[in-house]
Amino acid sequence: MTLEHFINEAISPWMLEDGPDKDIVMSSRIRLARNFANVPYPILAGQEKLEEIREFFENEYAHQSFHTFENLEFVNVRELTPVEKSVLVEKHLISPHLVRHTEEGAVLISENEQLSMMINEEDHIRIQVYFPGLQLKKALEHAFNLDDWLEEKVNYAFDETKGYLTSCPTNVGTGMRASVMMHLPALAMSNQINRMIPAISQLGLVVRGIYGEGSEALGNIFQISNQITLGKSETDIIEDLESIVNQLIEHERTARMHILERSEMRLQDRIFRSYGVLQYSRIIDSKEAARCISDVRLGIDLGIIENTSGNILNELMVLTQPGFLQQYANRTLKAGERDTLRATLIRERLELEK
Amino acid sequence: MECQECNERTATLHFKRIVNGEETIVKMCEECAKKKGFVPYPEDGYSLHDLLTGLFNFDNLKMANPSGNQINQVKDLQCSSCGMTFSEFKKVGKFGCAQCYESFASRLEPIFRRVHAGNTKHFGKIPKRAGSDLHVKRQLKSYKEELQHLIETEAFEEAAKVRDKIKALEKGHREPEAGEDI
Ligand SMILES: [Zn+2]
Ligand SMILES: [Zn+2]
Repeated sequence: MTLEHFINEAISPWMLEDGPDKDIVMSSRIRLARNFANVPYPILAGQEKLEEIREFFENEYAHQSFHTFENLEFVNVRELTPVEKSVLVEKHLISPHLVRHTEEGAVLISENEQLSMMINEEDHIRIQVYFPGLQLKKALEHAFNLDDWLEEKVNYAFDETKGYLTSCPTNVGTGMRASVMMHLPALAMSNQINRMIPAISQLGLVVRGIYGEGSEALGNIFQISNQITLGKSETDIIEDLESIVNQLIEHERTARMHILERSEMRLQDRIFRSYGVLQYSRIIDSKEAARCISDVRLGIDLGIIENTSGNILNELMVLTQPGFLQQYANRTLKAGERDTLRATLIRERLELEK
Repeated sequence: MECQECNERTATLHFKRIVNGEETIVKMCEECAKKKGFVPYPEDGYSLHDLLTGLFNFDNLKMANPSGNQINQVKDLQCSSCGMTFSEFKKVGKFGCAQCYESFASRLEPIFRRVHAGNTKHFGKIPKRAGSDLHVKRQLKSYKEELQHLIETEAFEEAAKVRDKIKALEKGHREPEAGEDI
């Protein structure tokens, strides 16, 4: 029944918890790539080998619990419907790669959806741990513990000088990708973010939009992550990332104050217009929805809109994705039908807040 | 192929984007890509592939000479464990198995350097079991440094204790090697 829960709820339980700077940092994620020492990587391993690995994880870890990650649900990706697959991708519980490039993919998801372990993705194992707000250190600590727990039964591919040996040379060493999802509406509004991105890239970090194309970043949601995995310890990588994220938080707060001081009426107008669109529109595409959701969330953060939960950004961004809409409708939908259902769902969701 | 941004320069970078569940390919020149914040994302197989093949092509260009083709063919490395050749690795940008790292070692340093900002050595976590040897090595190294310091400061009693620790560690370290792969 857990799969049903994963699929039906747009918002993961851990997202409702509090976290530092949660008004700007939506989530922190640590991903570790690991492989078996003596099995070819998924790109080359035959179906039989991959099935063996998948079964190993099902037998050893299904319904197991580790610390706060309880009752791991084993999901064989092959057995999912296309819509179910998209929903898990939209919730970031599995990667598009796992859906597209393998027949033998699987995932173990903890009840609170804070942990997902992908099996037979690009690497044999990809551990992903999520925390609300800016909590990279905590996420790393949990990911390391899990990593040790897995290593009790798995012989890892590891080399003294090269570290964890991954399928892709961009992951070798720590095998770690640390990332932070940020809502940066004021930096986007004032166009500052486009000037900051190249500077951040110079520091070995990657900035990209989570939804939408490249710098467009639908909903003003950006993901910042480390690019380098070799030559620096995990802790150093995280500290570097965190210091940049902290600067971005500062810049975002300053930009918000500036806009508020200089053009409060304009800002209020924009926010309430967006609120109106979400409350009353009958047809809305994902781009407009994302823009309005971002405005409303900013309005909530600045106290301009009251009595509405700040989690609404997290929730509506997922709720209004194509996979989720189709899951809700229980059938495939054409683009036009999706825009109508999207408007309906948003209206209903906002009605709940009243 | 023209850059879709400036419509001027040649598009050298391809990005696969998923918008509303639909894949689109964006082609851009490096300059525009940087401006737009389209930094090749390591998790995106497509852009990484481009990054690597770009690198390798450069590599090939430099090596090209009249008899280059033949030499390259003879020299093509192959992983004894999974059978992947270095040319195949160049094409897909992914290793076939852990052994590939050793099989292609002689050609990998420049790649690591380019991808990891000049770095070629791991400084992070060491796994408990698979890296137990290394854990011991690092421990031994720190004991020996401690011992050296104790001797220099003439703290012989303490030094004896540390020496015992080193002996015990070296002894305990050798034994499991016989039945290593548990
Ligand atoms: Zn261009
Ligand atoms: Zn190999």
